[in-house]
Amino acid sequence: MSSKTIFDKIWDAHEVSTLEDRSSVLYIDRHYIHEVTSPQAFDGLRQREVSVFRPERTFGTADHNVPTLNQHLPISEPASAAQISTLSKNCEDFGISLFELGHEWNGIVHVIGPELGLTLPGMTVVCGDSHTSTHGAFGAVAFGIGTSEVEMVLASQCVLQRKPKNMKIEINGQLPKNVTAKDVALYVISKLGTGGGTGHFVEFCGSAIRSMSMEGRMTLCNMSIEMGARGGLIQPDETTFEYVRDLKFAPKEEDYNNSLEKWKMLTTDPDAEFHDEYFFKAEDIPVMITWGTNPGLAIPVTANVPEVKDENGAVDVEVQAAQEYMGLTSGQAMAGQKIDYAFLGSCTNGRIEDLREFARIVEGKQKSPDVIAWIVPGSQQVLKQAQAEGIDQILEKAGFGLREPGCSACLAMNEDKVPEGKYCISTSNRNFEGRQGPGSRTFLASPVSTAYAAITGKITIPDSLIPTPDSRLPTPDPDSLIPNPDPSHVI
Amino acid sequence: MSFKPINKFNSPAILLPVDNIDTDQIIPARFLKATTREGFGEHLFTGWRYDKNGNPNPDFILNKEIPKAEILLAGHNFGCGSSREHAAWSLHDYGFKVVMARGFADIFRNNAMNNGILPIDIPNQYYSKIVSMIQENPDQRILISLECELVEIANSNIAFPIVISSFRKQCLMEGTDLVDYLIQQHEIIATFENKR
Ligand code: SF4
Repeated sequence: MSSKTIFDKIWDAHEVSTLEDRSSVLYIDRHYIHEVTSPQAFDGLRQREVSVFRPERTFGTADHNVPTLNQHLPISEPASAAQISTLSKNCEDFGISLFELGHEWNGIVHVIGPELGLTLPGMTVVCGDSHTSTHGAFGAVAFGIGTSEVEMVLASQCVLQRKPKNMKIEINGQLPKNVTAKDVALYVISKLGTGGGTGHFVEFCGSAIRSMSMEGRMTLCNMSIEMGARGGLIQPDETTFEYVRDLKFAPKEEDYNNSLEKWKMLTTDPDAEFHDEYFFKAEDIPVMITWGTNPGLAIPVTANVPEVKDENGAVDVEVQAAQEYMGLTSGQAMAGQKIDYAFLGSCTNGRIEDLREFARIVEGKQKSPDVIAWIVPGSQQVLKQAQAEGIDQILEKAGFGLREPGCSACLAMNEDKVPEGKYCISTSNRNFEGRQGPGSRTFLASPVSTAYAAITGKITIPDSLIPTPDSRLPTPDPDSLIPNPDPSHVI
Repeated sequence: MSFKPINKFNSPAILLPVDNIDTDQIIPARFLKATTREGFGEHLFTGWRYDKNGNPNPDFILNKEIPKAEILLAGHNFGCGSSREHAAWSLHDYGFKVVMARGFADIFRNNAMNNGILPIDIPNQYYSKIVSMIQENPDQRILISLECELVEIANSNIAFPIVISSFRKQCLMEGTDLVDYLIQQHEIIATFENKR
């Protein structure tokens, strides 16, 4: 096959060798590690008595299990403190650069990699975290791996994987007002389902994608894992090149110009073939919110909770279980549903643009007294930038406080947990049962929707959004999206 | 790390016929603070298995009187969500060596195989039938031969192939450790680096 997609070009250029069953020994340019999925990998290296093969290609940060208040104080919970200090010791013993708690470059792994210029177009990027797909926004092949694979990368700078198939998702046109990259992601996942992308690597393209900022592109690629895709990427363009130009670790001057030449070659050939293709119109995409217990159970914010029974009276057990867990009823309007917590943050929506959006909406208004809000910047640099722009002041006047960076209520490993039965509107990426704490109930939404809800205390249709009677999504036939297992699906 | 080689099974299956079982259900984040691989089986399916006071939920399958089984049987898209290998460790630690499902999330599939767990795709046409057979008879045996790449539902005419790459099959049957394999490739990898 001579015509290639961007994904093919990057993957093929990193193939060290191919096994007879078509698995690739794939060379990894950039490897990120954090405290939760790396300790067992370092133990493995010690038991084998081997060193890290290319320590300069790995960077570490503490993010998943850190407090978001008083980070200068010792961590009180012993298991968490031990996990953080194990990361520090491992990085020191094996010569790996670490941005530990309090470091000026510390933050969520998928926020700091891009903002430091450690992720660049054309790279292969991995991390023991499924949302590594975020880095695909730069035109990189980026995907999450397990701890055994973290050990493989540490020991050899390679992973051993089957090459996924190509999928194209093209979105053309202009997004309606208040519709953000997060809404686009939820809309696409609601159409394809949480397993719709399994075995595939997605290229997002079309005019609606090209006009997105880097932050928006990162939000979209971040969520590609939620439709089961191995990862998602976007062709690098002027927006990308400008964004990386002056970043700390990005190439400078002549090196930058040389790199630019190579980055511009990262295009999908016009006659390249995709295994699957989906087309959407930007104008059709509404402000979205999830009502259920996976990211595919999303509907327009103007819509009602789906019925448990279809026209023939057959019960949808998934809808039934999700309604029960969420304490919602068929036909109930999402708008007006009360919330108890609001979380702005995570690697999906914890960047400076997200804080700006949130601040723009809450400026001059007051947080609902019934809502507990956690505003958690994705990194130290995001926090500093927010302070420099006066966002912290705007938030404070409106009754919100800025916390310190970390994953926080996205996965609730630290003390930022939503209590049982409480409702949280959240800019994170997963609404699984108990994700934000045992018994917690999550509504995934954009920073815009989260800001409105934090002010009113309930799910609110952003201004100027005109609800249309037929704005409910047609329910996709789930069986049409579940391919029979076929040999080429095996990774 | 290396694991025990696997090949043949003759076991009942524990039935969890739910679609999209995510890694937060298999093992929630609050149990990921350990820095070793052991002991995660205790927390497998915690949210479903125990009530909020930590008492076993009598309605959950693992708390019922069921035959001992090495096989877990689930619905579509098993293991979606996080990349946490703790999901595979907790299943293995609990005693599951095979997960049969109507499809798996990609990262989970790799994590399973890297820990000596065989993921088997159940063809759509057999899924409901197998589920109801096990519901009727929890002792229903399932015969698996990785070597012959075959699954048979005992005393029935249902049989289907295991779809697996030859390399992965060999690794599982021999308990091969891929880290060791890649370390042996150091010279080839260094040559690749020099040519870039
Ligand atoms: S913010 Fe959430 S999704 Fe992102 S890396 Fe942290 S835990 Fe994972």
